[in-house]
Amino acid sequence: MSTINPPVVFTQDELGWVSWIDPLPEAELTERHFNGLVDRARAKSEYFRLLVRDPEVLEARTKTDKDIFYNVADGLPRAERELAAAATSRYNGCIYCASVHARFASTYSKRREDVQKLLDEGVKADLGERWNAVVKASVALAATPIAFGPDNIKELRSAGLDDAEIVDVINGASFFNWANRLMLSLGGPSK
Amino acid sequence: MATQDIIDTLAGIAPGSVLDGIRARRLQARENAQKSYLSLFEPIDASDFSLVERAAVAAFVTGLHGESPVATFYREKLAASSGGAALLEAIDAEIARGRTSGPYGSFPAGPLSAENTAGLIYRVSAASKSVLGTRLVAALEHAHLLVFRPRDAASADMKALLAAGWSATGIVTFSQLVAFLSFQVRVVSGLRTLAAAST
Repeated sequence: MSTINPPVVFTQDELGWVSWIDPLPEAELTERHFNGLVDRARAKSEYFRLLVRDPEVLEARTKTDKDIFYNVADGLPRAERELAAAATSRYNGCIYCASVHARFASTYSKRREDVQKLLDEGVKADLGERWNAVVKASVALAATPIAFGPDNIKELRSAGLDDAEIVDVINGASFFNWANRLMLSLGGPSK
Repeated sequence: MATQDIIDTLAGIAPGSVLDGIRARRLQARENAQKSYLSLFEPIDASDFSLVERAAVAAFVTGLHGESPVATFYREKLAASSGGAALLEAIDAEIARGRTSGPYGSFPAGPLSAENTAGLIYRVSAASKSVLGTRLVAALEHAHLLVFRPRDAASADMKALLAAGWSATGIVTFSQLVAFLSFQVRVVSGLRTLAAAST
């Protein structure tokens, strides 16, 4: 298996993803694997059929992901959680992850052009005070050694985020340091 | 919960504190970050990726991020693992050799090439190779790539792990472990920073 027609720019278009090692065949999936997939429909995805080789880890990872991004009973608006994911992916260089979460950020914020600016110009793009603070915090968290510090907290607070919303930024950005490394290293994107 | 929450422990979050209350609002995420930790470090099946290998990779990966309570925790885990104490010196030496700043690496050839950034292509030292063995040598070299230059990853890197004796399932768990630690070390750092800015 190899990457077919890889994209060479960051985009909000829908991309495919091709695994570099063998996913489990759909016919071999057992109940243990379906528990790991959480959503049975994910059995159609090559990426999830690869990760389901370790079902317990995949199940825990998936449920962590869903609560960080989809639990909008309170805290940071979904659009800005997606912005943190897209900015992290842009900075780490995950074209596939960035495409998915840039689309979500556009959908929930209705600021498609600003999201595109992040993809085109990179993480230094000027997106206004609040988004700049979220992007800058995400980038500082993604750096190794981690560069996130008191100034990031100060900027997020002066942009109007309370501590619970800041925790959503920390969780969302940190989670994409997990997601990016899997997507980038186990396979590649295709147009 | 059966065991103490590892992120709370490493971040110094006390029961009843403000951050404890905020974390409780994302209970599923909190419980499943814990389950991720347990399924990686207390797995039901370690046949594709042994416990001492997991501890060695974890000590290396968190050590590459610099001194922190997280790095200390995994170093102690390695020391306490069966066969782990014999690896400590080599892991410490490799952390010192591998430390740098990331992310760096190359993009697919095209307009993004202007953003390519060169950096250390880490390889295990000759002295450590005999102590660590083929599988861990390949694992550490790949883990360094995942930590600092994930955008450089290519199908050839999967082939290198397979050639060093890693199974496809072992590669998936190993990749999850490195990627999970990349998450955990950041959540802990972020929460500690927030706690310090709130006093």
